[in-house]
Amino acid sequence: MAHIPVSPEIPGIRSLALFRPETAKPLYALVQVLLRQPSPLSAAERELLAAYVSFLNRCRFCTESHAAAARSLYGNEAGLVAEVFENLDTAKISPKLKALLRIAEKVQQSGKAVTPQDIVVARNEGATDGELHDTVLIAATGCIFNRYVDGLDT
Amino acid sequence: MAHINVDENLPGIRGLMNFRPETAQPMNELAEVLLRMENSLSRGERELIATYVSSLNDCFFCQNAHGGIAQHYLQCDAAFIDNVKVDFVNSAISDKLKALLSIAGSVQKGGKHLTHDQVEHARSLGATDREIHDTVLISAAFCMFNRYVDGLGTSAPTDLDFYRNRGKQRAEEGYAHYDPKN
Repeated sequence: MAHIPVSPEIPGIRSLALFRPETAKPLYALVQVLLRQPSPLSAAERELLAAYVSFLNRCRFCTESHAAAARSLYGNEAGLVAEVFENLDTAKISPKLKALLRIAEKVQQSGKAVTPQDIVVARNEGATDGELHDTVLIAATGCIFNRYVDGLDT
Repeated sequence: MAHINVDENLPGIRGLMNFRPETAQPMNELAEVLLRMENSLSRGERELIATYVSSLNDCFFCQNAHGGIAQHYLQCDAAFIDNVKVDFVNSAISDKLKALLSIAGSVQKGGKHLTHDQVEHARSLGATDREIHDTVLISAAFCMFNRYVDGLGTSAPTDLDFYRNRGKQRAEEGYAHYDPKN
């Protein structure tokens, strides 16, 4: 049972969006820009970042939704989503994406956990300002959605 | 120096919003709805929740920026805000607001930290479903804003008068049409 009266048939964020459409509008607009509109990161990479942060926050609804989206976008390489969840060190992804996922991992703990060294590692693998920005904001956005969905016990 | 190349004359979130206006717009719309639009929680109460969560996240820029706005709305001084940050249970705020700050503090740790008892306690003090919803979402939102600001290593002015002066301006202008360069 959720902490506030939302429809029990509608899961996760969708029940909250119906409860308070005024806040849902900018929340969905933010996700649309971050995960779907043009970015130096591919849509698959962005969904993987969102799924990974949700996984670290142990938010089941958000993890499953974004992991499914990432698998679909990765197509033949869908298996790497599970590999990242299992062990980021051994996952068969590019060193740049690995460095960005490491930064997302830090942001999930706290913004202050990101060190200049984390940024240097990502830059040495070719990460640009735009990629670093979107990585940090996707991870931070995961931290609002996961807390919103789990905080209200949907 | 921020981790990415932003205009260093624009501290905190301002440099980031100037760097990526496409994401700034919905973030400012969210702040406008949550912190300023019609609500049974006053603007001062909502800014105080934002300030408290930002202090728990140790985000210097956000806790002082929103602390400055809260001072303007609540017509209080910095000492009052500091007291809420360190010991809200013994500060001069309503019992309902204390219960809501406790909810916000749990959500800051993680959504699953919020208990049914905390929610029922707030309800017994008169908190409505929407006030509980908005408190959870304000706390969650500042867990995003704080991570964005600190995760990209932005700079923040150390002069606290800067935040007090801007607090009045932000309270008057709102967030919806926020111009990070102004």
